[in-house]
Amino acid sequence: MANKPPERDLAPVIQKLRLRYAKRGRLRFSSHRDFQRALERALRRAGVPMAYSAGFSPHPKISYSNSAPTGVASEAEYVEIGVTELCDPQKLQAELDAALPPGLDVVEVIEATSSDFSSRLEASLWEMEICAPAQEVMSAVGALMESTEVLVERKTKSGLRVFDARSAILLMESVTESAVTGPGGDQMPPECVILHVVVRHITPSVRPDDVLTALKQVGNLVPLKPIRVTRLAQGPLNEVGDVGIEAEISIRDPFDPDRVLV
Amino acid sequence: MTSQILDSSASTTRERGQSVFPELEALLPLIAKPIQYVGGELNAVTKPWSDATVHWALMYPDAYEVGAPNQGVQILYEVLNEQADVLAERTYAVWPDLESLMREHEVPAFTVDAHRSVADFDLLGLSFSTELGYTNMLTALSLANIPLHAIDREDHPIVVAGGHAAFNPEPIAQFIDAAVLGDGEEAVLLISNIVKSWINAGRPGGREGVLLELAKSGCVYIPRFYDVEYLPDGRIKRVVPNRPDVPSRVTKFTLMDLDAWPYPKAPLVPLAETVHERMSVEIFRGCTRGCRFCQAGMITRPVRERSITSIAAMVENGLEKTGFEEVGLLSLSSADHSEIGDLARNLADRYEKTQTSLSLPSTRVDAFNVDLANELSRNGRRSGLTFAPEGGSERIRRVINKLVSEEDLIRTVTTAYGAGWRNVKLYFMCGLPTETDEDVLQIAAMAKEVIRAGREASGRRDIKCTVSIGGFVPKPHTPFQWAAQLDHESTDARLQKLKDAIRNDKEFGKAIGLRYHDGKPGIIEGILSRGDRRVGDVIETAWKNGARFDGWSEHFSFDRWIESAHFALEETGVDVDWFTTRERDYTEVLPWDHLDSGLDSEWLWEDWQDALSEVAVDDCRWTPCFDCGVCDQMNTEIQVGPTGVTDLPMPSARVSAVLIQGLCGN
Ligand code: SF4
Repeated sequence: MANKPPERDLAPVIQKLRLRYAKRGRLRFSSHRDFQRALERALRRAGVPMAYSAGFSPHPKISYSNSAPTGVASEAEYVEIGVTELCDPQKLQAELDAALPPGLDVVEVIEATSSDFSSRLEASLWEMEICAPAQEVMSAVGALMESTEVLVERKTKSGLRVFDARSAILLMESVTESAVTGPGGDQMPPECVILHVVVRHITPSVRPDDVLTALKQVGNLVPLKPIRVTRLAQGPLNEVGDVGIEAEISIRDPFDPDRVLV
Repeated sequence: MTSQILDSSASTTRERGQSVFPELEALLPLIAKPIQYVGGELNAVTKPWSDATVHWALMYPDAYEVGAPNQGVQILYEVLNEQADVLAERTYAVWPDLESLMREHEVPAFTVDAHRSVADFDLLGLSFSTELGYTNMLTALSLANIPLHAIDREDHPIVVAGGHAAFNPEPIAQFIDAAVLGDGEEAVLLISNIVKSWINAGRPGGREGVLLELAKSGCVYIPRFYDVEYLPDGRIKRVVPNRPDVPSRVTKFTLMDLDAWPYPKAPLVPLAETVHERMSVEIFRGCTRGCRFCQAGMITRPVRERSITSIAAMVENGLEKTGFEEVGLLSLSSADHSEIGDLARNLADRYEKTQTSLSLPSTRVDAFNVDLANELSRNGRRSGLTFAPEGGSERIRRVINKLVSEEDLIRTVTTAYGAGWRNVKLYFMCGLPTETDEDVLQIAAMAKEVIRAGREASGRRDIKCTVSIGGFVPKPHTPFQWAAQLDHESTDARLQKLKDAIRNDKEFGKAIGLRYHDGKPGIIEGILSRGDRRVGDVIETAWKNGARFDGWSEHFSFDRWIESAHFALEETGVDVDWFTTRERDYTEVLPWDHLDSGLDSEWLWEDWQDALSEVAVDDCRWTPCFDCGVCDQMNTEIQVGPTGVTDLPMPSARVSAVLIQGLCGN
């Protein structure tokens, strides 16, 4: 009797829902796996009629895309779930948010009406809070943007990797006010500079810590304390005109195609 | 309440109860698994500091991944926070990477809830499941800037030890202000009330004043009020109160009527990965099977069951509050609950169609246990099956009072393999009193029989069994408290012979897995378990030499402990062997004799003599009372079913709030 998986209702997926969630404040230190466990539990608490895979250890049908690294906050993380009964996206948003600990916040839920969602995530807008004298930060930014290639090293599971961090960076500018709202977005120490950086998603991916490494290399930047990073957005890239003309680069909402069809 | 200003580091001042998170936050990107230090778990509680009169920091002195799921701490956290004028927060041991950064940047020991400095609290309660957490306590005290020695403390938290290890707190007597024995629920409420009255009265008598009030209650042990005198040969002459108003013996707490205490009501759901990714419901406390090596069984008597109605309600409520996928029905021997069959059937019915899995930590060697496991895994989720004969030979099982015959085991595993289980775990001990090589080699013989029977029952050759061996450490308040511990060389030699006997068997060797540890850590656990106050200096020396996380093999260093013991015990005339491998006799005053677990020492001694003459005793739940002393002494009684309830009402089907009404299929 234990040789084959037991009979279980394997109801088919009848609806797909896409979630945007935020990882804020102290919970930015949760890893992707931590979030996965928390989400699966929250889905059960909220009574979401999840579809499951078959087999001995069935898994709920959830697909994650492109999650922010541990320690990095985000306003724009995306997940897709498959359910076996029709759900109301607004209610789901409210219930699921209530079932997650504060700091892991479900911001928006939308019914999926389009495919190829993950390929829409072409680039990210990162906010980097760097505590160092403004002059030093800006001269490092200038030096980086003037370079055509900056090779950086990163330790990965398969050893040390060397790759170019420069070409993926499409935009880097300083702003006077943080775009992060909610917990963790407040008090910025006076001696810090806020940068907004648009980075194209390429392989190997260029992450905020690679950008920082590049800034340190080309500009001898020495932050006074660990930087704080938040992903503000990710989605399709708007590139009008030449790359490098800052005002023309922006990131669109990846939910747009789903909204159009509804 | 007026807030007191504390001096923290040289330049900054922080108000009492103020968060240290900004300082800590700067360190978190530099360390491994920062999530374990940030708190914010589902169902965690933070109260404003000024709302409470009594502030508790509760510490589980091991890593977060081990400590966070701990039921004891979760229960006390909730019981205390339910009190209007009491606040409780949790803290765990920090790993060495964070410890060194905290020292460098002068960040004090903190709680994970509101990240308050541990030194700001009125009480620091530590739950010691094992003695191997002692050095982690010292790290926490030093990071909190609390003096290591209780007598040097002034306006610092009152340090209270609890948990099973607190049944002999003498090795840590110099570091703690108080110890409580037994169930914590009523203990923490009693302590809170005494401390509250003392605070409200303007702290009469200072620190000594409140400790005296606690001591007078008769159930809080204050080591400083007791003097230990030694004989010239190193044994204890006597332990006596050094003032007239404290009792000569301190008694344990026993919670009666578990149904009235359905905690935790809102179990914590950690974000970080922990050792138990499940929710637990305690189905009874205590165990009267009387296995002579088992401290837990001896010190938690009598058996007190929770009714199946309230267990089912706790399971349902807990799942709803947490979203966990697995529920463990906890106790020392869960198959022994008087209505376990009905409970298992009802819960299995209830959760059959869901993804929820149920587990029952029971190692009882009988076919009924297999039936239970089959029932609970009806919906397809199967963890392993474990049986614990504990001793390899029939003779040694009579010595330890584990009444299992080889036929019982073979019948049981036949049922298990026949029912489709592929791997069965068998648990044994090595180093038991009177044990010989022959007793341990019998384990190999038994395992081979198990495989033979399993192949026959299942008709397959690919079945397996895993033999796990634990080293026996004699514990206080058990019949083996007088026994000599086996030295680590002999333990290792015996295990090597067992290993050879299994490996060299062509027919069955490959089907039998063997898991064991070397004998060294057991010796350190041994001195910490049965030590007296002189062992305190050993702990402090080892800690100063770097001992941390002694329960983790990658951090434990036997040599460091032995060197520290040589150094610290030099003048005393006693040594590690004296505490561990020496047999005690009836007249010897044991370090914990003034601490009352309810067990009659006459009875314990007779049970020890019975062990030596290989005489077994039965369980008092189904045979007449054999006068172990507990019920009489503690004014308690066995509380078991059956309640007569066999069918539990099914919970009303939950209509999910996320569905579009009218559009869902059913
Ligand atoms: S069955 Fe034996 S080993 Fe298990 S808890 Fe009871 S006394 Fe202890």
